[in-house]
Amino acid sequence: MEGATTAVAIAVAMIAAATPLIFAALGELVTEKSGMLNLGVEGMMLVGAVSGFAVEATTGSGILAVAAGAVAGMALATLFSVLTLALLANQVATGLALTLFGTGLSALIGKSFVGMPLPGLPHLAVPGLSDLPLIGPLIFGHDLLVYLAIAMTFGVHEFLYRTRPGLILRAVGENHDAAHAIGYPVLKIRFAAVLFGGAMSGIGGAYLSLVYTPMWAENMTAGRGWIALALVVFATWKPARVLAGAWLFGGVSILALHAQGSGVAVPSQFLNMLPYLATILVLVLISRDRTRIRLNAPACLGRSFYPTV
Amino acid sequence: MSIPVRDGAATAGAAIPGAASRLPDVPRLEVRRVTKRFPGCLANDCVDLVLRSGEIHALLGENGAGKSTLVKIIYGVLEADAGDLLWEGRPVRIDSPATARKLGIGMVFQHFSLFESLTVAENVALGLDGRERPAALIERIRLVSQRYGLELDPDRHVYNLSVGERQRVEIVRCLLQQPRLLVMDEPTSVLTPQEAISLFETLRRLAAEGCTILYISHKLEEIRALCDSATVLRGGRVVASVDPRTQTAQALAELMIGSSLMSPQRSPATTGAARLQVSHLSTTSDDPFATELKEVRFAVRAGEIFGIAGVAGNGQAELLAALSGEQPVSDPMMVRIDGEPVGNSGPQRRRNLGLAFVPEERLGRGAVPEMSLSDNALLSGARTQGLVRQGMIRRGRSRAFAERIIRSFNVVTHGYRAEARSLSGGNLQKFIVGREILQEPKVLVVAQPTWGVDAGAAAAIHQALIDLARQGTAVLVISQDLDELFVLCDRLAVLFQGRLSDSEPTGQTSVEQIGLLMGGLFEASIAAAAARNAALAGKETSHVV
Repeated sequence: MEGATTAVAIAVAMIAAATPLIFAALGELVTEKSGMLNLGVEGMMLVGAVSGFAVEATTGSGILAVAAGAVAGMALATLFSVLTLALLANQVATGLALTLFGTGLSALIGKSFVGMPLPGLPHLAVPGLSDLPLIGPLIFGHDLLVYLAIAMTFGVHEFLYRTRPGLILRAVGENHDAAHAIGYPVLKIRFAAVLFGGAMSGIGGAYLSLVYTPMWAENMTAGRGWIALALVVFATWKPARVLAGAWLFGGVSILALHAQGSGVAVPSQFLNMLPYLATILVLVLISRDRTRIRLNAPACLGRSFYPTV
Repeated sequence: MSIPVRDGAATAGAAIPGAASRLPDVPRLEVRRVTKRFPGCLANDCVDLVLRSGEIHALLGENGAGKSTLVKIIYGVLEADAGDLLWEGRPVRIDSPATARKLGIGMVFQHFSLFESLTVAENVALGLDGRERPAALIERIRLVSQRYGLELDPDRHVYNLSVGERQRVEIVRCLLQQPRLLVMDEPTSVLTPQEAISLFETLRRLAAEGCTILYISHKLEEIRALCDSATVLRGGRVVASVDPRTQTAQALAELMIGSSLMSPQRSPATTGAARLQVSHLSTTSDDPFATELKEVRFAVRAGEIFGIAGVAGNGQAELLAALSGEQPVSDPMMVRIDGEPVGNSGPQRRRNLGLAFVPEERLGRGAVPEMSLSDNALLSGARTQGLVRQGMIRRGRSRAFAERIIRSFNVVTHGYRAEARSLSGGNLQKFIVGREILQEPKVLVVAQPTWGVDAGAAAAIHQALIDLARQGTAVLVISQDLDELFVLCDRLAVLFQGRLSDSEPTGQTSVEQIGLLMGGLFEASIAAAAARNAALAGKETSHVV
C-alpha cells in the first residue's frame, strides 16, 4: 500500500511537471504548423512566469495572473512577428534573440518579487471523488490548469484536423506560395499562430511560478522552453503525442529527483540529458521514415514568405 | 505532338462555333487598356483582350511578354495600375482571387498550387470558399471527376500522385466552383501526349457547355488544334489577334518573337565510336519516392544526339544523378566515358574526362542564383578554360569567358556582373547551355533543354546542340517534350518506371509509339513496332552497348 501511495505521489508530480511543457509545446506546435519557427519559447515562458507572479502577488487573483502570463507571452510573440513577418528577419536568429531578451526582461521585472511566497492556485475538489484512495489524488486532485492542458491537447487536435481554419493553417505551413496564390492571407494567419504560441508559452511559464513552485526565481524555467521545442519534433507535430511526450519528459525529471533522493548512483546531469537524447533518437528514427516526415513536418518551416507575386 | 492533336482539331472546329453562336454577344470578360508597371519594366501596356462565351482563347507570347502578369490581374493576384475589366458587360474590380472565384473565374496554375501533405479532398476544399461538409464534398469530387473523365481518389495524399493526377486535382478544384472562365497556364507541359489529348477532350466539353477557357501554352501545334482564337503579346503589348486554326505554327512563332524564326536544321549524323556507354545500370534507394533504375543500358556515339523521353518521375532524376556523378554507383563499369569506367567517380573526374552537364533545375543546380554570370561561368569552366591558376581565380579570363557565352548565345542581360537570378528563364538557360557547349565537351548530357523557354530561344538552343553533335560530341537529351525530341534526336528511347526501352532511330518511330511507351505500354508498343522491326531486321544497329 505504501509503495502504491509513493507511486501515486510520483505520478501526480509527473503530471504537474508535464503541464508547463504541454502548454508551451502545443503553442509551438501550432506556430510551427503555420510554418513559423519561434525559438523564443524559453524567453516567452520566463516573461509569462514573472508577469503571472507579479499580478498574483499584487491582485491576488489567480485567473488574472494566468491571463497576465498569456498576455505577456503574446507581447513577446508580437515582437517576434513584427521582426520576422513584417521585416523578414531570420526566424532562427530572431527566436534566439527573443530568448535572451525574455530572460533579461523577466529578471528585471522580477527583481522585487524574488523570494516572495504565494499560495498557488486552487485545486479541483470533487466531493467524495477527490478523497478516494489512490484514484482520488491521481485523477481528481489537480489544479485546474492541468485539466486545461489536457483539454487544449484535444482542442488543438480538433482544430488542426477537423476545422477549416485548421486546414488553412496547415496549408499555409505546407506551401505558403500556393496558399497565397489561392488567396489566403499568409501573414495574418502566421501572425495569429505565433500569437497563440506566445499565449500558450506564457501560460506554461505562469504555471511554473504560480503552481509548480509558487515563487519567482531568475531563470526559473531552467531549460523547459527548449524541452518544449524538442517535444514538438519528438511528437512529429502531433498534439496527442505532445501529451504523451510531455508526461514522459516530465516523468524523467521527477524520476531524477526521486533517484537522487533514494541514493541511486545516476548522475542527475545524465537524467537531465535524457529528454534531448530521446529527441535526437526520435529524430534519427523518424528521419528514416520519409513518409512520416513528409506528412507531418510543415514543409515551409522557418522559411520567410515574400509576398511579391 | 503533331499527328494526334491535328486529328482532334476537326472535332474542335466543328463543336465550338456551334456552341458560341447560341450565346449572346456580350463577352464573358473584356480587358480594356490594362497597364501594369513593375520597377524597371512595363509588363502590360494598354492590353486589350476580349473573351467570348464558350470559346477557347489562346494567349501567346515569349517569356517576359506579360502573359503571366495579365493572367494574374484577371485572377486578382495583382491589381492593374490602369485600365478596366468588364465581366459580362459590367465593370468589375477584382482585388483578390476570392473575388475572382466569386465572379466565376477559376485558374489552373503552371506550377501547381497543391499542398503535398494534404489529401485530394483537403486540397480541393482549400480552393473553395464554401462551407460544404467534407462528406458532401467528397461525393461532389467523385461526381465531377467521373463526369469529365478525370479519375481521382479524394482520400489519397497528393505527394504520392503523379504529375498528371496532380493536374486533375487542380482542374477538379476549379470545376467544382462551376467557373465561367477557366484560366490554364501551360497545362500540358508535364503531360504525356495521351494525357494531353484527354485533357483537350475535357476542355472541349467544358467549352461546349459555355465555359470560356483562356489557354496559355508554348506549344503552338497544341494551340492550333485546340483554340478558336489567339491573342499574341510581345513586350507587354498586344501585337496580333488571330484565328490560330488558319495560321501555321511557324507564323504564330514569328508573331511572338517579331522576326522570322529559324527552325533547326538537322543534317544526317555521321557517327563515330561510342563515347558515353551505360550498361546494366541499376540503383537502389531507401527513399520511397525515388524510382530505382533497373538494368538501364544504352550508348551514345560521337556525332549523334540520343534522346530519352518519359514522364517526369520515371527515373530521370536518378539517371541524371548517376550520369553526372552526383550519385555515383557501385560498379565503375556501369558508366563509361570514352571507354573509361567512371561509375563510382564524382562529378569532377567525369568533367575532367570531357563530360559536360546541363541539369533540369536552372537556379540552384545549373547556376548559383546570387552569383554573377562570370562567377557562374567559372564554376563549371574553371578547368577547361584555365580560369584558375594555383588556386587563384583569374578574374579577367572568367569575365572574358562569360562575355563570350553572352555574345555567342545572345543572352539578354546587362553584362557579366548580372546575378544569375536576374535573368529570365530562357536567357539563363541559353547561358547555361552556352557555358557547357563552349567548353567543347566530348559528352554532353542535357535535361529539359528548353523547358519553359520560348520559341525563339528554343530554336537557338536546339541549333546549338545539333551543331555540337555534328562536331563529334555525343549528346544525350532527356526531355518530356516529344516535339523537341523529334526535332533534335537521331535515336530515341523511353524511360518508364526505371526501365529504358530499346532505342529506335527517330525516323522509324512515331509520336504515338513513343507516347505509348511513356504510358508504360511496352508490350503494346513492341507489338506495334514488330512488323516494322521485322522489315528492318539485320539493318538495325542501334542497340550496340
